[in-house]
This record gives sequence, C-alpha cells and structure tokens, in this order.
Amino acid sequence: MSKRIDVSDLNVYYSDFLAVEGVSMVIEARSITALIGPSGCGKSTFLRTLNRMHEVIPGARVEGKAVMDGQDLYGKGVDPVEVRRQIGMVFQRPNPFPTMSIADNVLAGVKLNNRRLSKSGASETIERALTGANLWNEVKDRLERPGSSLSGGQQQRLCIARAIAVEPQVLLMDEPCSALDPISTLAIEDLMNELKDAYTIVIVTHNMQQAARVSDRTGFFNIAGTGKPGHLIEMDDTATMFSSPSEKATEDYISGRFG
Amino acid sequence: MTALSAPPKPIRTTRRLPTYAPWAILVGSLLVGALLSLLTGELTLTGAILFGALVYVVAITITSVVVEGKRWAKDRVATTLVTFAFLVAMIPLVSLVVLVLTNGLERFSWAFLNDDMVGVYGSDPGGGVYHAIIGTVLITGLASLVAIPLGIMTAVYLVEYAKPGPLRRAITILVDVMTGIPSIVAGLFAATLFVVVAGPQYKAGVIGATALALLMTPVVVRSCEEMLRLVPNELREASYALGVPKWLTVVKVVLRTAVAGITTGVMISIARVIGETAPLLITVGIVANVNWNVFDGRMTTLPVFVYRQYAQGGASVDRAWAGALTLILIVMLLNLVARLVSRFFSPKGAR
Repeated sequence: MSKRIDVSDLNVYYSDFLAVEGVSMVIEARSITALIGPSGCGKSTFLRTLNRMHEVIPGARVEGKAVMDGQDLYGKGVDPVEVRRQIGMVFQRPNPFPTMSIADNVLAGVKLNNRRLSKSGASETIERALTGANLWNEVKDRLERPGSSLSGGQQQRLCIARAIAVEPQVLLMDEPCSALDPISTLAIEDLMNELKDAYTIVIVTHNMQQAARVSDRTGFFNIAGTGKPGHLIEMDDTATMFSSPSEKATEDYISGRFG
Repeated sequence: MTALSAPPKPIRTTRRLPTYAPWAILVGSLLVGALLSLLTGELTLTGAILFGALVYVVAITITSVVVEGKRWAKDRVATTLVTFAFLVAMIPLVSLVVLVLTNGLERFSWAFLNDDMVGVYGSDPGGGVYHAIIGTVLITGLASLVAIPLGIMTAVYLVEYAKPGPLRRAITILVDVMTGIPSIVAGLFAATLFVVVAGPQYKAGVIGATALALLMTPVVVRSCEEMLRLVPNELREASYALGVPKWLTVVKVVLRTAVAGITTGVMISIARVIGETAPLLITVGIVANVNWNVFDGRMTTLPVFVYRQYAQGGASVDRAWAGALTLILIVMLLNLVARLVSRFFSPKGAR
C-alpha cells in the first residue's frame, strides 16, 4: 500500500518569514520523487511540511493544501501524530536512540507508543524491517548491542528500518546519504529501488547524479536571493528534467553553470 | 611554476629532560626547602614543603629554559601550577575526612547507630543517633518526595513546553533567586506558614520537610534543565517522525536519555539539604526519643543532633563527631546508589 500526495499552493512560514512560496506538485504513489536545488532554497523545509514535522519548530506554520487519500493533511482536526504514523521520515544525520539496542531501535515506533507486541511478533517485525533495510545479515548476531555501536552507513540503514517498521504509506528522506561513503550510499540507493514497490518515496538530495540514478520524477527548487522565499521552478520526469528541461534556471543548475 | 617559498626547513629536534629529571629536581627542591625552613627559624614540615614548592617552580623553569627552550619551559610551568592547584584543593578535603574519621570513630559503633538519647545526659556514656537517623531520613525523604517530581516537571515544562517569552523568563529568574535563598529564611517561612495553617502549637517533621523542599526544588530544576537541554533535538525529531506523541517522547526519549544526569542533579540537591541545620532547628526542634510520625511531634535530625551535642561541650563533643561521621556515611551511600543508577541507565556508546 502506498499513497499519492497532491500539494497545492503551499506557503511555508517561519514566524513571519515566508520560506517557501506557492508550491504545487503531485507526488506519485510507488515512485521516487527527488527534490533538488541549491542550499537554503527550502527543499528540506518543504519536505518537512509533508509529514507536519515543520510545525515542531516554534513559530513555524503552513498555508495551503497537501491532500493524501482525499484528506487534507492540514485540514481541521487532523492530528499531526496520525499524519506522521502514515508518513515516515529519515533524517540527514543518522539518529538512532542511544539508550536502545539495535532491536529496540527497530521497534521504537511500536514501543514508544506503548503498544504491546508478542515476542514472536516482535522478532518477526525486527527481521522484516532489517531485511527491508538491507541490514539484517550484518546485525542479526548482535541485535542486543547498542544502536550507536554501528558504523554511520549501518546507523542510517537502521534508521530506515526503524521508519519502515511502523509500515508507513510514504517515506520522506532528507539527504539520507550526505554523511555516508559511496558504498553505503549505493546500499541505500539499492534499498530505495526495492522500497519503491511498496512505498511512495520523496528524497531531498544535493547529489544530482543520485537524483538522476534513483528517481522517477524530479522537482527543482530555487531561490531568487537571500531573504526571498524559495519556489518550485519546475517538475517533470527525471529523464526529461536531465535532458531537456523547459526552464533556463534548471538547465543551468543541472549542468553546473549556476551562479 | 615558480616556487613561492623557500625550501622547507627540516623539522627541528629539541633536547628533552629525561623523565626522572622533574622528580630529581623535586627531591632536591624539598631538601633546599627544608634548609630554608631551618634558616628562617625552626624546621617544620609545612615550611619545608612551602619553600620546596617555590624552589621547585623556579628550578624546573630555569632548567627547562636552559635545556629544552622557551616553549617547553612554559609547558613545564603550566603543568607544575596545575598540579599544585590540584594538591592544594585536595588538602581541605583530605584533612576533613581524616579529622571526621579520627574524631568520629571514638564513639562510632553499632550500638551508637542503634541507640537514642532517652535518659542520656551530658557526659553519660552511651546514647546514640538512631532517632536522628530516622528523623533525617524521614524529613529529607518527605522533602525529596515533594521537591524531586516538582523540580523535574518544572524543568520539563521550561525545556519542552514553555514558549520563549515573559513567563519562561520569569520562572527562570525566580528559580535562580530561589537557589540563593538563605536556608534560615526558608525555615522561618515554613514555620510561619504552619503557624497560619495549623496554629502555633503544631510541631512536626513536615514543617522542616517543607523548608527543605523549598530549598531543594530550585536546585533540582536548574540541574534537570541543563540535562534536558543536552538531549539532542534530533532524538526528539526522530521520535516525532515515528508518530510518537509529545508526552511519550518526553517520557520515553528525553527523560530516558537524560536520566543519568538527572540522577546526579537530584543527588546533589539531596546532599544540599541533608546537612541543613538552621531551618530544622527552628521548625522541627530536637527530641531525645525516636519519632516515626512526621506529622506529629518534634523530631531530631543528624545536623541538629551534631549541633546540640557540640554545644553541650565536654564528652558530648565525641557524640557530635560520631554523628557527623554518620551523616557523611549516609551521603556517601546515596552517592554510591546514584552512581550505580547512572552507570546502569546511561546511553551505551560504541565503546
């Protein structure tokens, strides 16, 4: 199961500062959508609005619509906690819970929510999530070790396992490979390709080759200048975006002739 | 391509003093110190050490400048000063422990711990601190029961819930001011409060516990606040992103991650109040027998017991020292428990 998200006219604010303006896009189900653009153009901010993580920051707010499954995520009476259970997130820096073992980290979504899990159910979830995140073979003999004992790439895959263990509809990834070496990056890209059969994936990346390699659709964000809001310049199939983009700015950015 | 700089110089090699040299200089300096002490009057250990230390600083610096050069000499001076500062700081600590042990052990015994002061007067043999231990444990325990949850929850409010603004600033300032309240003022406040609420005849341990809780809460708030702020925001976000509600995030991620530091902070706050004398003297008073009921009647606590015995003079002074030793042992025991708790709960790293 996975779902598509229709975003229309989304404005994102930090207090009075308009950070991202007028974004409308369709995020297709069972595909990978990549968001690219220069630093500070609001891609990560936009990504965080999709599962209402944006409003965790004091003073942050959002105007506009993001509709998933006929339900506006910012509609009246929508509980952000419920939204986040459907739309998981992986962060830039791996952040396993330092007080928990590898196994407990995978089960964190269940355990932290005070839900009970039978022993066999728990080990089944752990194996399924870790296999899904391509980590099972590396850690199956040391599930009781602390999560922070793993290498950076393994920790990031542990965080992905943690996110998919709660079976979300959509998986948001905020530069998941920027702190990783090429081999770990490859492992995570392979993983994304496997996961897209079951999940809708949105990835923010600074690495254009990565966007070209893994994504089905690409959106380009840009900013007119410091202090100005970021905009979605163009969005299209990845192949089109990287071969014949319709906007000059996109072509300049992609070909490295930017700024 | 033209070379922009001169060819690199070879890495300089410096002569270093052999490792035994500082020790040799130290022994020599102490001997010279003893000599100087003898010359200025009579030979005393303090004099020898003081003069020796001064001679050592000068001698090691000069030797180092001559043999090793200026940069290493600075390193030697800094090392020497830091080491001396440490030793000086250790003097009061060690001498205090030695003093309490030597004086306290004269009367300290199993019987002393299990006896109260009923029918014991002045220089009578016997007597003990059983009633004072019970009083201290009950009153401090009651104060902790109120102050620790109150303090932790206030800290959680300040760090996790309060929006930046006048309210948060006001609470922070008030907590800071409360940290500096003289304990006697807290005692007077508690005494007055209970006169108003329960009448002037009412005497009970709970009045003292109120005063102690008043002193304890701000300490708990301050230390817990610091610890909660140390919890990385990433962990909170990781928890939110899993669809965990805020209160569960606070309880199971933030508090759980900070528990080791919070335990230490709580222990410091207990240690801060367990030795309070003044507020207990005016609220709880002193009594010779064991009182198990904190809500009725006077009680004795260890600091007040020590004060009373010392004030009586004569043979009672020994009881005062033994009482002080008991108090130190209780604090040490609590510290040990806290260390075990933090070792057991602290985040397990890669090591």
